Amino acid sequence: MASLFEVFSKYQVLFAQAVILTIGLSLGTVMISTVLGSLVALMKISHNKILKSIASVYVAFIRGTPLLVQIYMVFYGLPMLGINLPTVEFLGADFSRFCSGLVALVINSTAYVCEIVRGGILSIDDGQTEAARSIGFNKTQTMLYIIFPQAIKNILPALGNEFVSIIKESSQVSVIGLAELMYTTNTIRAISFKSFEPLIIVSVIYFILTFVTSLFIKKLETKLAKSNRS
Amino acid sequence: MAEEYIIQVKGLGKAFGDLEVLKSIDLNVKKGDVVAIIGPSGSGKSTFLRCINQLEIPTKGDIFVDGVNLLKEKVDINKIRMKIGMVFQQFNLFPHLTIERNITIGPMKLLGMPASEADAMTDRLLDMVGLTDKKHSYPSSLSGGQKQRIAIARALAMNPEVILFDEPTSALDPEMVGEVLQVMKDLAKAGNTMLVVTHEMGFAREVASKVIFMDEGYVVAEGTPEEIFDNNENERVKAFLQKVL
Repeated sequence: MASLFEVFSKYQVLFAQAVILTIGLSLGTVMISTVLGSLVALMKISHNKILKSIASVYVAFIRGTPLLVQIYMVFYGLPMLGINLPTVEFLGADFSRFCSGLVALVINSTAYVCEIVRGGILSIDDGQTEAARSIGFNKTQTMLYIIFPQAIKNILPALGNEFVSIIKESSQVSVIGLAELMYTTNTIRAISFKSFEPLIIVSVIYFILTFVTSLFIKKLETKLAKSNRS
Repeated sequence: MAEEYIIQVKGLGKAFGDLEVLKSIDLNVKKGDVVAIIGPSGSGKSTFLRCINQLEIPTKGDIFVDGVNLLKEKVDINKIRMKIGMVFQQFNLFPHLTIERNITIGPMKLLGMPASEADAMTDRLLDMVGLTDKKHSYPSSLSGGQKQRIAIARALAMNPEVILFDEPTSALDPEMVGEVLQVMKDLAKAGNTMLVVTHEMGFAREVASKVIFMDEGYVVAEGTPEEIFDNNENERVKAFLQKVL
């Protein structure tokens, strides 16, 4: 117990930096993948066969392969595509590694968000679309004024859960040397010669992050349920 | 000659895969007509109605709205739909919008109606369907009959040339059927052009200017209410009426 506090107090600055990076990475991922995931969802429910198959293949491939593989592919693939990001410091970590991690997480999360958004849209009764179209709204207006405002109530809580998943899964980008929580934990394990204590500390930190997020989602859900007039 | 009719349907057919729901339908609707479409379940009545505003895409035939052939000419179907109101069996009000917004969203977004004008129109329409006190309520707080009356007001808000009613009272509790039929009678009296798929024979007889009887994808009989209900010699019509009256 004493050594736990010792490790924590000695390396708290490192932990704090890593928490900021993990939150930044997760928040960035969920925000970007919400936008991209919605677009992919619209592609998937569109009647354009080409868009539809691109989206379907993308989602199936990403969901059917391990995140770890995707992270390596992005990290080694970006330079091969001629994309070399500057290696400057950003949030206490290397910017190019941060970008690789972010891109990999976004690519992964977009596929899951796509299914969340698609499910939310499909949960709205066809009668709503028919009523809107019969008034004279085109497809875009129908989506914008009628379907999406209703679907968002189903989508938001699920997006929150996706955010919780990303916080946990972001630990995997430690493999490309991005100093987020997991990488920092391993660093501390090495320099302190204590292999177990840092793991307990980091699991408590992860738990606090996900638990607080979950509480927030629950609150949001109750609020949405109250405003749900259907 | 197509010009004198609001809606003209010629040889209309609709198949879902191998299932031919509509075989060949003809119908002419003039301004002010109230056409009641009756017939046994599965005879294609609703499908026919939904073909007119292209919620179902017909597989053959022609539909003219104001003389424009919807299936042959390049038309903006959204513009056409603005002229054709529709009332659904399941009401399909927008649950996330207030009654007022349900009524005004179409005219304001599509016709560019100013808010003040839309507000006055809402008051007028709500007064007509007898629901002025529900202006700021949400659909979930309304009974079935009230929902359907709002749905009618919503359709009227676009000031359509013709209104399609797809079994408007079939999803209602019996005690609420009357209030909806009353609104529809008022509309008919006011000279609105209406196509009504219905199982309410009393309404068809009393209000319709023309009754068409459909069975197995064809119009089997067509005429005034008297011709259909009182003096019809067609066996299928007689058998159907015996069952429902």
